[in-house]
Amino acid sequence: MDALDLARWQFGVTTVYHFLFVPITIGMSFLVAGLQTAWVRTGKEHYLRATKFWGKLFLINFAIGVVTGLVQEFQFGMNWSDYSRFVGDVFGAPLAIEGLLAFFLESTFLGLWIFGWDRLPKKLHLMTIWMVAIGTLLSAYFILAANSWMQHPVGYQINPDTGRAELTSVWALLTNSTTLVTFPHTITACFVTGGAVLMAISAWHLKRRNQEDVFRPSLKLGAWVVLIAGVGVLITGDQQARIMTEQQPMKMAAAEALYQDAQPASFSIFTIGSLSGDEELYSVRIPNVLSFLATGNFDGPVEGIDNLQNEYVEKYGPGDYKPSIPITYWSFRFMIGFGGLAMLVALAALWFTRGGRTPKNRWLWVAAISSIGMPLAANSFGWIFTEMGRQPWTVFGLFKTSESVSPSVSTGEAATSLILLTLLYGVLAVIEVGIFVRYARQGAPEIPPETDDADKPLAFAY
Amino acid sequence: MELTTVWFALITLLWAGYFLLEGFDFGVGVLLPVLGRDNRERRLIINTIGPVWDGNEVWLVVAGGATFAAFPEWYATLFSGFFLPLLFILIALIIRGVSFEYRGKRDDERWRRRWDWCIFGGSLVPAVLWGVAFGNIVRGVPLDAGHEYIGGFFNLLNPYALLGGLTTLVLFALHGAVFIALKTDGEMRERAGKLAATLSVPAIVIAAGFLLWTGVAHFDAIGVIIFVVAALALIGAAAATRLRREGWAFLATALTLVLAVAGLFVTLFPNVMPALDPANSLTVDNASSTPYTLKVMTWVAVAFTPLVVAYQGWTYWVFRKRLTIDRIPA
Repeated sequence: MDALDLARWQFGVTTVYHFLFVPITIGMSFLVAGLQTAWVRTGKEHYLRATKFWGKLFLINFAIGVVTGLVQEFQFGMNWSDYSRFVGDVFGAPLAIEGLLAFFLESTFLGLWIFGWDRLPKKLHLMTIWMVAIGTLLSAYFILAANSWMQHPVGYQINPDTGRAELTSVWALLTNSTTLVTFPHTITACFVTGGAVLMAISAWHLKRRNQEDVFRPSLKLGAWVVLIAGVGVLITGDQQARIMTEQQPMKMAAAEALYQDAQPASFSIFTIGSLSGDEELYSVRIPNVLSFLATGNFDGPVEGIDNLQNEYVEKYGPGDYKPSIPITYWSFRFMIGFGGLAMLVALAALWFTRGGRTPKNRWLWVAAISSIGMPLAANSFGWIFTEMGRQPWTVFGLFKTSESVSPSVSTGEAATSLILLTLLYGVLAVIEVGIFVRYARQGAPEIPPETDDADKPLAFAY
Repeated sequence: MELTTVWFALITLLWAGYFLLEGFDFGVGVLLPVLGRDNRERRLIINTIGPVWDGNEVWLVVAGGATFAAFPEWYATLFSGFFLPLLFILIALIIRGVSFEYRGKRDDERWRRRWDWCIFGGSLVPAVLWGVAFGNIVRGVPLDAGHEYIGGFFNLLNPYALLGGLTTLVLFALHGAVFIALKTDGEMRERAGKLAATLSVPAIVIAAGFLLWTGVAHFDAIGVIIFVVAALALIGAAAATRLRREGWAFLATALTLVLAVAGLFVTLFPNVMPALDPANSLTVDNASSTPYTLKVMTWVAVAFTPLVVAYQGWTYWVFRKRLTIDRIPA
């Protein structure tokens, strides 16, 4: 492996890892804010207990999301300095705006929320968690605008003297059609993720008939959120597929391992055998569906990989413009599959717990509890698909991954960094899951009676 | 004023804010094993920065992001050139960040002690390495014509930069001790106040040595004036710690850090990363983004920076009350 491969592995490992925590943060910040709002409005104690319980899990998750986010910002410069030089004028702006508008908001108000229970008036304290939630949304918007520019560069020109991209319209950058479909797709997926956390952990308690007053409503809330946000994911995903077919047809062709142009094109649910286009042992196909995904029309034409490769050679010069077909093919299916599975579980959970029922069937509970992992898997595969499907480019059509890496970073340094961060992330995963499970099992806390003593112990302390 | 100068000044401000705010966080972390004799005392110490440390760290994120946006070449050369030190800083900050959140999550003394050492190490490493990094930036590093760093890791460990690392460490430790004295009451306030008074002596000696070396080796008239004021502020801090005037002492150490950063950046200007061969130096002009990007970013900064300062300031107001050991839940 050379420094380029190592840097790519590091980006993959650290980004997928970071994005396990981010959607939970985004989804749960809103759910916790919603539960706290319910408490402030109704005064019912089980809402407060739910807020505290889910809030604690939210914080355990948030801690790792924040610290691994630091790596994300630093590694563009550390491992991808030539990329940074090429795109800095355009790409740096949304990153800096994200920090100034979103990260300050999230971190500052989260501190106020955690430690402010006994220092702030009820409504002001409620406002702080909403500010955190808004901060997570803003953050998502700007980072997705940055990423969308890599998928579909707009609002720029290439300076003929320096060969670098220069921003010409920040408005075009922020209203990139890619951003406008990616943002709702990602955010609805984050809600599915947060909802699944509530659904799965509530199911664990409900199975044991534990604190039903807290966990029955939480289970329903989680399941409804998974279901409704899941529909949102489907709708936005459908729009995104069409935009993607226009902007990066190779990615769509790779998603189906479609080598020859087809009209209408069928969608394979799975394929056994090689995806190299030479031989296919067996596949299950639904006619016309790929045409619909790609064009919105069941008889629409879909371009194949071979044709696109020839077009790109003509346009960009000799080279291999195909992403890894097995990775794009399977990650696309796993994304859809795991997301759909989470929705099915949510539907089942709502059905079997309707009207105060608590089912006995063990497998139902196993499905509900394991649903916590389904959106996480779907999210990861979705990003792996998007990023791997863009290869060999970092900025589609403009700049290649092979040109992006830092020339001054040695193979040894790149390897050190990959190994240390992977080990550290591994250890943190074990610790985090341990703590998360421990607190998830403890259930919702009892609320101590309120006192007005100014010297009473802090409501929360590290 | 040219926009490149404005952005150089804004990035100076962001680093100054970072050193001022996370400076005491690092100091508190480094002093944790010194000042905290048992679990409850250590909790008291950690909780002085509990509500604010995360927001303080964002100053670093924004300084990095602003450098990327306004001076991409600077960002690219600096981050890839100082690869290993930055990696160590990242690892330290990761470990430190989760430590605060996780140390109290199990009622187990060994578990907590382990996290305490993580907080200590996670504060010590960046406290030293930021000084080393800035020492090297001011000193100048080997860059080639394409602005790539060609010096390797050990080139960064020169005496001047290492003295810079020692300077930030001792200044942060002093700043942290003053902060603990300011934010607590009772025995801890007493102990931290005494420690601050003791630390102020080596702080003056080491910081004066570093600033003097900087002034002589990289003379810049305005820079030297700022360094003199910074040194005076530090002497004022030493005096205030002896008089146990914690508020004044904190103001003085804060001023020292802000001025030290300002002096270093003024000394740099108009370079952002001087090269040993001056022809290859990165300057505010050859490292900057286009005027359009700078203009957009200026509007964003003008609109939102005051807001951020206002709500962060409000946080400090909300948590203004001194903490005492009885208020730490048993």
